[in-house]
Formats: sequence, C-alpha cells, structure tokens
Amino acid sequence: MTQAKPKPKTKPVPKSKPAPKARPQLPKAPTGIQGLDEITGGGLPKGRPTLVCGGAGCGKTLLAMEFLVRGVTEFDEPGVFMAFEETAKDLTQNVASLGFDLKDLIAHKKIVLDYVYIERSEIEESGEYDLEGLFIRLGSAIDSIGAKRVVLDTVESLFSGLPNPAILRAELRRLFRWLKDKGVTAIITGERGDGMLTRQGLEEYVSDCVIVLDHRVSEQTSSRRLRVVKYRGSTHGTNEYPFLIDADGISVLPVTSLGLQHIASSERISTGIPRLDAMLGGKGYYRGSSVLVSGTAGTGKSSFAALFADAACRRGERVLYFSFEESPSQIIRNMRSIGIDLQTWVKKGLLQIHANRPSIAGLETHLAMKHKMINEFKPQVVILDPLNSFVIGDNEVGVKAMLMRLLDFLKTNQITGLFTNLTPGGGMLEQTEVAISSLIDTWLVLRSIDSGGERNRGLSILKSRGMAHSNQVREFLLTDHGVELRDVYVGASGVLTGSARLTQEAQDRAAQMLRKQEIERQQLELQSKHQALEAQITALRAEFEVQKTASLRITGQEQAQGAQLAQGRLDMGLSRNEDAAAKNPKRGMK
Amino acid sequence: MKTNPAQPKAKPASSKAASSRYILKLYVAGKSPKSINAIANLKKICEENLQGRYELEVIDLYQQPQLAQGEQIIALPTLIRKLPPPLRRIIGDMSDTERVLVGLDIREKA
Repeated sequence: MTQAKPKPKTKPVPKSKPAPKARPQLPKAPTGIQGLDEITGGGLPKGRPTLVCGGAGCGKTLLAMEFLVRGVTEFDEPGVFMAFEETAKDLTQNVASLGFDLKDLIAHKKIVLDYVYIERSEIEESGEYDLEGLFIRLGSAIDSIGAKRVVLDTVESLFSGLPNPAILRAELRRLFRWLKDKGVTAIITGERGDGMLTRQGLEEYVSDCVIVLDHRVSEQTSSRRLRVVKYRGSTHGTNEYPFLIDADGISVLPVTSLGLQHIASSERISTGIPRLDAMLGGKGYYRGSSVLVSGTAGTGKSSFAALFADAACRRGERVLYFSFEESPSQIIRNMRSIGIDLQTWVKKGLLQIHANRPSIAGLETHLAMKHKMINEFKPQVVILDPLNSFVIGDNEVGVKAMLMRLLDFLKTNQITGLFTNLTPGGGMLEQTEVAISSLIDTWLVLRSIDSGGERNRGLSILKSRGMAHSNQVREFLLTDHGVELRDVYVGASGVLTGSARLTQEAQDRAAQMLRKQEIERQQLELQSKHQALEAQITALRAEFEVQKTASLRITGQEQAQGAQLAQGRLDMGLSRNEDAAAKNPKRGMK
Repeated sequence: MKTNPAQPKAKPASSKAASSRYILKLYVAGKSPKSINAIANLKKICEENLQGRYELEVIDLYQQPQLAQGEQIIALPTLIRKLPPPLRRIIGDMSDTERVLVGLDIREKA
C-alpha cells in the first residue's frame, strides 16, 4: 500500500518561525531555582524549549521538576510533566523528599503528571506511524490546566520503545516546533551520549538553550556541576557552576544567589571567656552571628569551641557540635583537662556531639544531614570543628558552596555558628583554606608565639562586625579551670609571652616594691617634719598665752588702783560734808 | 485465513486465539491519510481472518483527546487488542498485513 506523506490535516503543523528579529531583551521564564536564574540572566527562554542533558543521576529530572513546581508556587504558571521513565507514583515519592507536594498541586489542577508507558515487546509496527498521539495527549494536558510550562523527561526513551528512528526524529523535530508554537516554556531532558550532548543528538533540534549537568567523582568524593552551553539571544554565565541538591531542591552557586534576608539580632552572648567578652565590647558575640576561630595546630581552637559550648549550655541553650576529627568521648575527655565538663550537658540533653569523617558522604549529603539534625534538635549554637577537613583534593569551590548554604541556613534561623579552621603551618594566618572569611562576622586568630625557647599561645581579634573590639594581642593560657587571657608585654624586645612575660612581671613587681618603699620613706620624713612644725606652733602658742596673761594682769592692777583713788576722793568729800556732791555725785565727781 | 492449530510449535495463545472473540480498538487522528489507510487496511484484514468473531471500534482522538492518556497512546494509528489477553498494540497504517496478523497472534512469527 502506498503511503501518503504523514501529515495530519486537522492539526496542521505550524510553520517554524525562527524569529530572527532583533529584540532588546529576550523574554525569560524564571526557574525559581537558586542561582540558576542569576547564571542565565533571568531564567530560561520564555516560550521556547530548553535542553537539559547529562549522565545518569546528575539531577536532570529534579531540575525539571523544580522548574515546574516553582513555576506554580512562585510564578503562578501551571505545568505539565510528561515522564517517560518514572511512573507518576515514583516521581511523586521522589520529589516529596524535597518538600514538593505533587499530589496537592495535581489536585488543585496546577500540575498534570502524565507517565508515558512504552513497552517495546508489546508493540508491533505495521506501516507508517507518527507521534500524533503524543501531540494530542500533551495538547490536551496543556489545555486542561492552561499550562505555561512543559517538561518532557526523557523524550529519548521513545527511541528504545518505538521502532523506526527516522520517523521519530522527524516527529521530534515537529514536536519541538509545536511546543514553540504553543508558546510554552519547555524543558526537554536527555541522557548524555558518546561524543554528543545527548544520545540521539537532540541538541540539533532544541537549539535555543542547552544546559549540561555533570556529576563527577574526584578524590572519591562526588560533586555536581552545571554549565549553560548555549543560550541563543542572551548572555549567560559560561563557567561550570557547582550545585547542590538538598532538602530545598537544587541550589546553584554563585554567591549572589543567597538571599541575605535574615534578621540580625543585637542580643549578645558570652564567649565563655570573661576576658574575651571584655575584648568584644564587653558583651561577647552577637546571637546568630558566625564566628571563626582559626589558628595553627595545637593553638587551642577546639578548647575555644568547647568553652563556648559550655557557656551556652550554662545559659540553658542547646548546642550541636559537629566534630570531624575527634570522637565524642575523646572531646569530652580532653576538655575535662581544662576544667570543662561536657558530659553533664550531654546527659542533660543540652549538648549533642556528632562525630564523623567528612569523607563518609558527599558534600550535599553532609549538608542535608546537618540540615536534618539542626531541624530536629533546634540548637541555638552550632559548632563545626574543623571546617578544613572537608577540603579533599580540589573540591574547595564545592565546600565553599556548602558552607555558604549552611551559614545562610544558620543565620536565617538565628543560630550562632562557631567554626574552627586549621591554618597550615607556614601559611598565611589570615586566610582560610575554604575562603569563607568574607562570610564570617567575628574572626579570632590564634597563633603560636615562638620565643625564648618556648611556644606560647596568642589571641587576637581579626575582625568583629558591628561592635567595638580590642585590637590587642592577648596571651591565653589553658589552665585546669578554663582559658585565661593575659596581657602580653610589648617592649623593645618584642612581644613577651610565657616565662619571658613572667620574668617581666617579676621585675615589674620588684620595681614596684622599691618604689613603694621609697614613697613610704618619703612619707615618714614628711610626717616628722610636720610633727616638728606642729611642736613649734604649740610652743609659740604657749608663749603667746603667757604674754597675754601677763598683759591682762597689768591692766587689772591699773584699774584697781584707779578705783581705789576714786573711792578715796569720795570718802574724803563725804567726810568734808560736801552737800552738793552728796545730792549729785556726778557733778561732784567733775 | 486462520491460524493452523496443527502447527507443532503453536503457542497456547495462538490456538486459543483461533477460537476466541477479538475486541479491537483502533485509535486514529481525524481524517489523515494514515488514519484512512489504517481503517481500510484493518477492516480488510479482519474480514479476511476474523470474520464474525471480532468487534472493531475506531476512535478519533481529536474528538476524545482525553482517552490518549488512559490508553497510553503515543503513536498513531494504534490498534489495541483488548481481548483475548494479553493486551497487544500494533502501530502504523496496517499496511503490512503479515505483521498485523503476527501482532494479533493470529499467525505465528515466521
């Protein structure tokens, strides 16, 4: 039987419109996926298909699903997910772990999930066929909810399910044109092929935007990367960007993708070391800030962490301690030697210590585990000791991405994070291996001060955002009752610590003693002078009194004599019978 | 034409199929050449091989697009053998009579 060219009449295939007219800004459909919109400058090309390809297990389906779900939840664009590999039930279950409630979205007619079942062994081919059934099916699904987004995952499965690849190729080409004409933003996923981006060379048909995902293992640790290979009519980031799959879905780094919307608390909490609190404006760290303690080996970083944990537990707060180098019992034993009893807090349920090697899992698994533990335990303080053990081989960028996500998570939850970082000997002290220093609010640097045949520990505050802080180097001593901070001596011979400082202190004490004695002697001398003067004053006063008494006596005698004289004259007058004088004694006296 | 039950390598399904009733559904897309060809070809094959013991329903998916999902239709035209079990699918315009017969288990694969 002769065959007419397979072209259905009633559903005419629209002419492809490459639309090469210059447009100032290509309309874009934001994906809502953290970081991806930044790389693509706003999202995927709106109303056009995008190819997402990569090897098995690289996250294609997840990316497509997140694009669809976020389209509904964030941009109110319903979507159709056509799955060729996983059943609807499996898909729903798989993405439930990312917090996507597909059942609910389907029930609310926001998403249509259509599983296409093709079993090669059940299909016999007789003559020419086309994929009009797929078109009708997809068209009906799109129309039923007014979908703006479509995902075909993985359309290449058709090649293994249906005979005659030549027909399939032609039909797929038609399909992508049809999608474009429908004006839906589509993601088509494809498995990576030999020497090609996809096994069936889909990149030939879907040429507007191509994103390649990659999942590679280096140094026994896996990391995921994303790259925008092609984006017609738009600029885009061309690098490989690491991305993580965690409880919130996919997040692609660049840094700018982080929200930075967290509320900054002005509450202050003690560091566990009173003198350090004093150095930090008298009050300690901010709640919800991130604190980094870095230093060379053996400078007491873990002790700082333990002191902080202890102080938090004393306030009745919960502390989650992630250790990557020591076991919980080792930490508890070691900290007992400086007078910190962590065991009590563990028993009271205020402190949880989780110890595992960073190499037990990939970075995103670590992140997911930490998220989970933090969500379950709801601590106020989280400690990571030390950060740099994550760095294995060349995964620094991935580590930074992970830490950034973790820090952001801690900050949005108002959890204070304290991280220790081992600075390799001989390296720059003011540098972290994983280059997260810019994310840190308070950074304490511990250093070994090597002089006079001994090693001593020095502490300084490299930075502390938003508070006045001391710029001085302190020596700190690990004693059996915790950490003590001491002033260091800075003199002509440099910074003095340890026994040199003790010697200096002894010298100072001796000098002070001498000064004190001298002052006492001078005081005594002054006192005796004073007493002598006092004695002189007393003697003079006595003499004065004597003279005063004598002059009074003379005056008295004088008066007595005068009175006697007057009396004598009066007596004489009386005896002479002087009447007038008797009548008026005054006149008589004149 | 009927299957030969005497064939030594005859499968049980085939021998059963020889006597059982066929329920067939042919899904097509409107009046496209492939649809028209498929309907004509299939009717001919059925009349010649299953006369009197088949039911053929032709469904235009343009009229009932919602059926495509439930019936797992991708390619058109698609012929589905509902009965006798197991379910069988044949895609194409049914121009290859031999393959239709094999697909329907009316004839053994050569």
